[in-house]
Amino acid sequence: MSAEPRLVEVRKNVLKQNDIVARALRERFREAGVLAVSLVSSPGSGKTALLEKMLTMLRPRYRVAALVGDLATENDAQRLARSQAPVKQIITGTICHLEAAMVQNALEGWDLNQLDFLFIENVGNLVCPSSYDLGEDLRFVLLSVTEGEDKPLKYPTIFNSADVAIITKWDLAAAVEFDEAAAKSNIQAVRPGMEVFTLSAKTGDGMCECIKFLELWRKLSRPAVAI
Amino acid sequence: MHELSIAMSIVEMAQEEAEIHGHAQVQAVHLRLGLLSGVAKEALLSCYEMACAATPLEGSKLLIEEIPVEVFCPQCEVPRAIRSIQWFCCPECGTSTPTVVRGKELEVVALELKE
Repeated sequence: MSAEPRLVEVRKNVLKQNDIVARALRERFREAGVLAVSLVSSPGSGKTALLEKMLTMLRPRYRVAALVGDLATENDAQRLARSQAPVKQIITGTICHLEAAMVQNALEGWDLNQLDFLFIENVGNLVCPSSYDLGEDLRFVLLSVTEGEDKPLKYPTIFNSADVAIITKWDLAAAVEFDEAAAKSNIQAVRPGMEVFTLSAKTGDGMCECIKFLELWRKLSRPAVAI
Repeated sequence: MHELSIAMSIVEMAQEEAEIHGHAQVQAVHLRLGLLSGVAKEALLSCYEMACAATPLEGSKLLIEEIPVEVFCPQCEVPRAIRSIQWFCCPECGTSTPTVVRGKELEVVALELKE
């Protein structure tokens, strides 16, 4: 006769390891006075284009760098190298998202004290990255006008996990009859109070507001080192 | 699809716990899964089976308790379960609120062990 199974309490977070590394990274970023900003979106929403523009605009006044996640290629890093900022590619292989340990490994050899802004471009995916804290100070979620206004309702978890929403490819808005009010109301439904920027990395329209926001955020969160 | 790596972490975690408890055989793992955890229940269940294959946990069950999303309503000043994760507002008074108090859980809460 077999005994009844016994129930033992565990209470352990499955992603504890990732969260520990993420917390350590956040602390390192804070101590070094660097503001870490991650970008998430579906593939093709314009993460790399926005990043290239942000790096180019910030670089005359700040020390900026970027880590870019990709399944297989180094194309994004090559593109971003045009901004003259230090860029490192994280090739994830078959993994569809970045994890805190990948960021930690990629930062090896980099002196964070020499940076003001660090951008982390996640793999194009609106599902998996939502579960992984990367230690970033701000998470930007991008939504391009060609994707449709209901993206936030289709992927509420990732939009809820982000701090700022960016509506990209604004230069195409009229051509695709993008309903800005509907998109913004959907964003507010899944993340009330979320900051939203509407811009085109291609024409530069709306970029200044986004850059000003980053500068202000750094000033407020890193008062000791802000310039 | 990140459920496989999460399932593998669960199996690893359960194995470590079972070792602490005298290498007992794990019959079931009780998991709390928030609706805002970013992990899909069905995918996790099928990945769990794969992750258990050829491990001491082969044949064990993953019992998932789904945790609804609760937000803190600043108007009513109490936590409230929201009706849909597409609409973060108090179901009673309709006030919008981004403050999530429950629903992001992804934790192993207990194991059923057999000596």
